[in-house]
Amino acid sequence: MHIPDGYLSPASSLVMAILVLPFWAAGMRRMRGNMNARNVPLVAMLAAFSFVIMLFNVPLPGGTSGHAVGAALAGIILGPEIATIAISIALIIQALFFGDGGILAIGANCFNIAVVVPYVAVVVYRLIGSTTPLSSPRRLIGAAAGGWLGLTLAALLTGIEFGLQPVLFHAADGTPLYAPYPLAIAVPAMVLPHALVASVVEGLLTALVVAYLQRSNIEVLATAEGAALAQEAVRPRRFTALWVVLIVLAVASPLGLLAPGTAWGEWGTAELTARGFQSVPAGLQQLSGLWGAPLSSYNIPALGNTNLGYIVSAAVGVLLAALLTWLFTQLVASKGRRRGDG
Amino acid sequence: MLRSFRSPARNRRKVLELTLRSITNSLQQGEFAEELSRRAGFLQDLDPRVKVVVALEFLISVSLSRDPWVIVAIYALALGLALPSSISPGLLLGRVWLFMPFFTIPLAIPALFLTPGPPQIELPFGWIITRSGMTAALFLLLRVSASLTWSLLLIYTTSWNMVLSALSSLYLPEAFALILGMTYRYVNLLLRAAGDMLMSRESRVVGQLSRADGRRLMAAAAGALLEKSLKLSGDVYLAMQSRGYHGPMTSVRRFEMQAKDWATALTLSLLAAICVWIGR
Repeated sequence: MHIPDGYLSPASSLVMAILVLPFWAAGMRRMRGNMNARNVPLVAMLAAFSFVIMLFNVPLPGGTSGHAVGAALAGIILGPEIATIAISIALIIQALFFGDGGILAIGANCFNIAVVVPYVAVVVYRLIGSTTPLSSPRRLIGAAAGGWLGLTLAALLTGIEFGLQPVLFHAADGTPLYAPYPLAIAVPAMVLPHALVASVVEGLLTALVVAYLQRSNIEVLATAEGAALAQEAVRPRRFTALWVVLIVLAVASPLGLLAPGTAWGEWGTAELTARGFQSVPAGLQQLSGLWGAPLSSYNIPALGNTNLGYIVSAAVGVLLAALLTWLFTQLVASKGRRRGDG
Repeated sequence: MLRSFRSPARNRRKVLELTLRSITNSLQQGEFAEELSRRAGFLQDLDPRVKVVVALEFLISVSLSRDPWVIVAIYALALGLALPSSISPGLLLGRVWLFMPFFTIPLAIPALFLTPGPPQIELPFGWIITRSGMTAALFLLLRVSASLTWSLLLIYTTSWNMVLSALSSLYLPEAFALILGMTYRYVNLLLRAAGDMLMSRESRVVGQLSRADGRRLMAAAAGALLEKSLKLSGDVYLAMQSRGYHGPMTSVRRFEMQAKDWATALTLSLLAAICVWIGR
């Protein structure tokens, strides 16, 4: 599932690189928090471990075999934030020094594999097994399910990235310029083989290694559990996840352009005329030019790209809403303080 | 990541052999790249920062271009630069087109038929290759092969520690560069450890391993490797502390651009910009 260069447009690669940055920042912050020098060799060693694990050929029932990624296991052992750094390092080394996976596609590969897989795997593992003893078989089920679901979702995301390329980036005659298959083909083509083979390998290997650690070195799981609980205890309330969701939604806003036509009733004078109205109501005509919005129709003509205009408009909208909300809360809080002082 | 559907009997013994072959190939690739980067040659003698930046510029040019002839020209330029760098263009072509049949060509072929557009070639049984399909497949093959060639050119003419030093000079965070460097060293160490583990197991296998035994073996090897990794990381940390490590290291390597570095950087950057302009 390593995406080579040439499958994604530069804009898509840039967007994915921007999306992965907050997760890298979170991982580096967690490493500095716990750490100091101890985590440097730990992350390096586990990145190297992940690299080597990707070469292991694991046989499945039925005659097939596949390679795991080790991202789910890294998430369970290290926590998802630091696992993101470790797996990202492994992917960057594969791209830079072994030509496996594109260099421009590093952001996309890191987001799909180093972010989605560990985060999803850890959520599922903790949902299923966190209340059970470290040696409980439920943890194996959690590990297997987490690995399977994490890699399957990563494949789904990759399929969506591929499927959007011909829709958003094509020549004037409609010829796709990058990955050539639409969503209806790209998504099942990525999800099905992964769900049936690669994700099974990931889940299986994750569960089997957790089982091995339960038998031979349960302290590793205990340390991971202790670190997770300590993190929960001191974690300040953050809106990082909310911001990430908002950024993703802003970046995905051009998808709305795929829908044909315009919203019913939201017509300007030109659109009414185009719809066959013989005359436009005088009041509508008079008021339609009253306000010249700076980002009219969520577009910035100077950019020369409607999709980019949508994304910038979404970003401006989110920031304005956040600013106004903050100003409002400051106003309310200062009034509350004055009432309290009085 | 997805393997072929071999017969179960062949698969049983092959599990170890396939993994060992992957490990050996990785080690050989790394050593081969290092050996090429040590040869005397035009690109090898250049400042690594120039090579990293120029490679990135041409990767972006390939990605942005809407003209297949521009991508062909960029591809040809990479092969042309390999010649004075003691690297056979045949080696680059072979290495790239060895990879293509496994991933990109199988992905490109259906595009010939599935991409909507005016028909170009009519085959028996109602199969129609469209003009848009041919163009889409061509773009995919050209972009992937040209990009991979430039990536390999960088890897084969610049040793890994030079690439890391260049990235550090180009404002990659020091902690990242440190971890990347350590990881690359320990990839080799763990590859050999995993290879030894599996080789010793392979040499003790008589007859065929059941698939269940194969899975258990791989999981045990992975678990043992994980334990080894965790222990090694502790040993490395103690070694770092005993040598006075107290934070991210500053590289003592200082690069100085020579006249030929500037000339090459400016010429190739201008070419990359021209390619972007022509291919827009």
